[in-house]
Amino acid sequence: GPEVDMHCNTARRGNSNSRSGSKVKEEKPKKGQARRSKAKEKKKVLREQCEEECRQDEEAPKCSKNHRNEKAKTEERGDFKRKTKDSCDEERNHISSDSSSESEELSADEEESQEEKDVLTQEELEKLKEAVEEKKKLIANLRGKPWPMSKKLVTLRESQEFVEKYEGALGKGKGRKLYAYKVMMMKKWMKFQRDFENFRTACIPWEMKIKEIESHFGSSVASYFIFLRWMYGMNMILFGLTFGLVMVPEALMGRPYGSMPRKTVPRSEQAGAMDFAVLWDFGGYAQYSVLFYGYYNNQRAIGWLKFRMPLSYFLVGVGTVAYSYMVVIRTMARNANRDGGGDDTSFNFSWKMFTSWDYLIGNPETADNKFASITTSFKESIVEEQESHKDENIHLTRFLRVLANFLVLCCLAGSGYLIYFVVRRSQKFALEGLENYGWWERNEVNMVMSLLGMFCPMLFDVISSLENYHPRIALQWQLGRIFALFLGNLYTFIIALMDEINLKRREEEVVKYNMTVWQASLYNGTVDDNSTTSTIPVDPADVPRGPCWETMVGQEFVRLIVSDTMTTYITLLIGDFLRAVFVRFFNYCWCWDLEYGFPSYSEFDVSGNVLGLIFNQGMIWMGAFYAPCLPALNVLRLHVSMYLQCWAVMCCNVPQERVFKASGSNNFYMAMLLVILFLSTLPAIYTIVSIPPSFDCGPFSGKKRMYDVIQETLENDFPLWFGKVFSYASNPGLVLPFILVMILAIYYLQSTSKTYKAANMDLKKKLQTRQVQGW
Amino acid sequence: MDYTNNPDVKLPLALIINMPELKENPFRNRIVESFSEDGLGNISFNDFVDMFSVLSETAPRELKAIYAFKIYDFNTDNFICKEDLEKTLNKLTREELTPEEVNLVCEKAIEEADMDGDNKLCFTDFENMISRAPDFLSTFHIRI
Repeated sequence: GPEVDMHCNTARRGNSNSRSGSKVKEEKPKKGQARRSKAKEKKKVLREQCEEECRQDEEAPKCSKNHRNEKAKTEERGDFKRKTKDSCDEERNHISSDSSSESEELSADEEESQEEKDVLTQEELEKLKEAVEEKKKLIANLRGKPWPMSKKLVTLRESQEFVEKYEGALGKGKGRKLYAYKVMMMKKWMKFQRDFENFRTACIPWEMKIKEIESHFGSSVASYFIFLRWMYGMNMILFGLTFGLVMVPEALMGRPYGSMPRKTVPRSEQAGAMDFAVLWDFGGYAQYSVLFYGYYNNQRAIGWLKFRMPLSYFLVGVGTVAYSYMVVIRTMARNANRDGGGDDTSFNFSWKMFTSWDYLIGNPETADNKFASITTSFKESIVEEQESHKDENIHLTRFLRVLANFLVLCCLAGSGYLIYFVVRRSQKFALEGLENYGWWERNEVNMVMSLLGMFCPMLFDVISSLENYHPRIALQWQLGRIFALFLGNLYTFIIALMDEINLKRREEEVVKYNMTVWQASLYNGTVDDNSTTSTIPVDPADVPRGPCWETMVGQEFVRLIVSDTMTTYITLLIGDFLRAVFVRFFNYCWCWDLEYGFPSYSEFDVSGNVLGLIFNQGMIWMGAFYAPCLPALNVLRLHVSMYLQCWAVMCCNVPQERVFKASGSNNFYMAMLLVILFLSTLPAIYTIVSIPPSFDCGPFSGKKRMYDVIQETLENDFPLWFGKVFSYASNPGLVLPFILVMILAIYYLQSTSKTYKAANMDLKKKLQTRQVQGW
Repeated sequence: MDYTNNPDVKLPLALIINMPELKENPFRNRIVESFSEDGLGNISFNDFVDMFSVLSETAPRELKAIYAFKIYDFNTDNFICKEDLEKTLNKLTREELTPEEVNLVCEKAIEEADMDGDNKLCFTDFENMISRAPDFLSTFHIRI
């Protein structure tokens, strides 16, 4: 075929194109064997010469003067600067395009020429392959080259043409058409991938909002919003799982409302089931719906699809946790790779000079702040550098730090006890009936937790001023303390919840006993009747119900999240918005300058907000098994938060005085998220494994343990050998050695990574000393 | 105007540095100059795309380091010498530091980063220093 013939214009030796051009004109009218073979010979000669040259080009990229002069003579067309290889390709391409037009007219004799084409020896084929590979590599790396754009575009076009021209040639004989087809498909696929990537980038929400915030407040505040957006994405997936695989099947294919006792509001509650107050508290109709665990039926397969509802419920619960782990760890690994290298203080001033200006800043006020902060930072470093490293009063500093930590511990203990006390009180109220108490008593636990979460961090901030740490270290201590506070609160809450669960289970025993009595009373003496179907129709609303502890747990979590959200929004409105309004409008008639003095405008509290976000997510993970509506609720909450906080930040906040870098903190937040994920799945797993499910509500009712559904599925839905394999695999004799092997693997990887790090440091030092000595 | 077929339209420096993304940047002149072909700041569309491509989030670190070196090299002699450092520092602090302080900082910076002992930073020194910087990628970034 035509592509095989490579022409190398001897014009580079000084002749112009006219020679080959005239050759083309000459040969066009004639069609004959002789002409063709002669052309082929000439082509072969030219091709060899071309190959020779290309090899020379590859070996000596800086070509010799003679060569360069000759090339310069022939560069009549094109005034872009090209590398020597490019010019070779350019020539080749032009000539081959000429030759291809010539050979198009050889259509009748193509088959013969195909046989003759194989004058390419193996060696030349190899070289051609190498050249094509190199071009491909060049194309792949072109983005990273520091050339001007016009040069990059030209190189790209030429390389692509070269690859296109000769890639087809590499396939031999019959397979060639297939190869060319494959190459074309590959290109189409790459183009599709690129378009898809563009589309995906265009779909990323809130990009403009975040850019605006970035330019006003710098990268640290924007990092919170980027984190929020990432959380939103993760929650969307969780929502998709729970909604699509749990809520929708039950709603569409399960038994409808009112057909079973568990799906109906009990007679005693029906009067107030539609009240707003009851619905807001997630009682009434909200409780007896797909939103909570208790509504689901334990029928093994529902609908015409034979959808295994209990199995799906269980697997979705496990799947949400597994997915979250995967996503968090993957993001951590990606961040760790990007940051690379550890904490170096060897380039303090250089880094301050070259990396302190945040190029994202586009707002004059922020720029002013940034300039001021950079100047202050330099002055501080200069002072540190100038003064001798005398540790004045180290004992005083140490004493103050110990005192501060002691105060913090007191605070934490105090808050823990307060929550415990409040929870105990609420249990007392519940025993006496909640109707006797007002709104505060009913929501005491949630309110106290939210208020503690609001005021204690401020207290910690004040205490930390005793410690006199470097700001970044102070921030980490602050984050650590707030983390401990929230964790303590959360676990106290869980313990209280466990108490309630036990209470409800005892109640359940009583109800079960009463149930038999009630059923006997229905039959009025026909107790010996062994038939299981009741002939007396009973309205589902009248059947006595067990207290469904799972629904209760779900409700508690949902209430906690709702109250937390409300508290956050209200604090935002009062603490930020009203304060800003006050400062702005009362400044005219106030004794001192409000804007610089006491209240002034608030700054955006990055760490507090991030921690709030992380802990909320922890609560979602904990409660999602018992209330499938939680991810949906969270998606809504995050969506509203994004808009509300974006507005609040732009409207009421001022940029921080010490404009903080966001970089190191990113993995810190991810690490905390991972810890919270682990800690929040523990209670859920404990309840699943050790507490028997309620007897009359939920998809696992009637089973001894919730995970029995797996066993049941294995027995009924899978072939026999599968069950056997599974039982062998879950044999403790196999599982324990496996765990041991994994522990050993972790230990091994840990130690190798340590040695690699040490070797790395060693090499760095060697490099430094060698460079200093070498020159 | 059909910019994709590469007409040789060049925009002057004064116009580009008033872009909202660059308006507040103390190095905006140098940024535009380093991406222009004539070194004076007149950039064509291709250079413009190049500039924001290097400054974008996904550009590789090595590429950013190359261009950062060009930007901070005020006298374009392929070395960051003490005068370049002084100019950088003055732009960063809007000349609020005293000359002694400026001197001290520049000397410390050279002392830290200069590996080959010629009292100025060549590209290798600069790259060696900037590749360890944890904030480089996040600050040397413009979102457009």
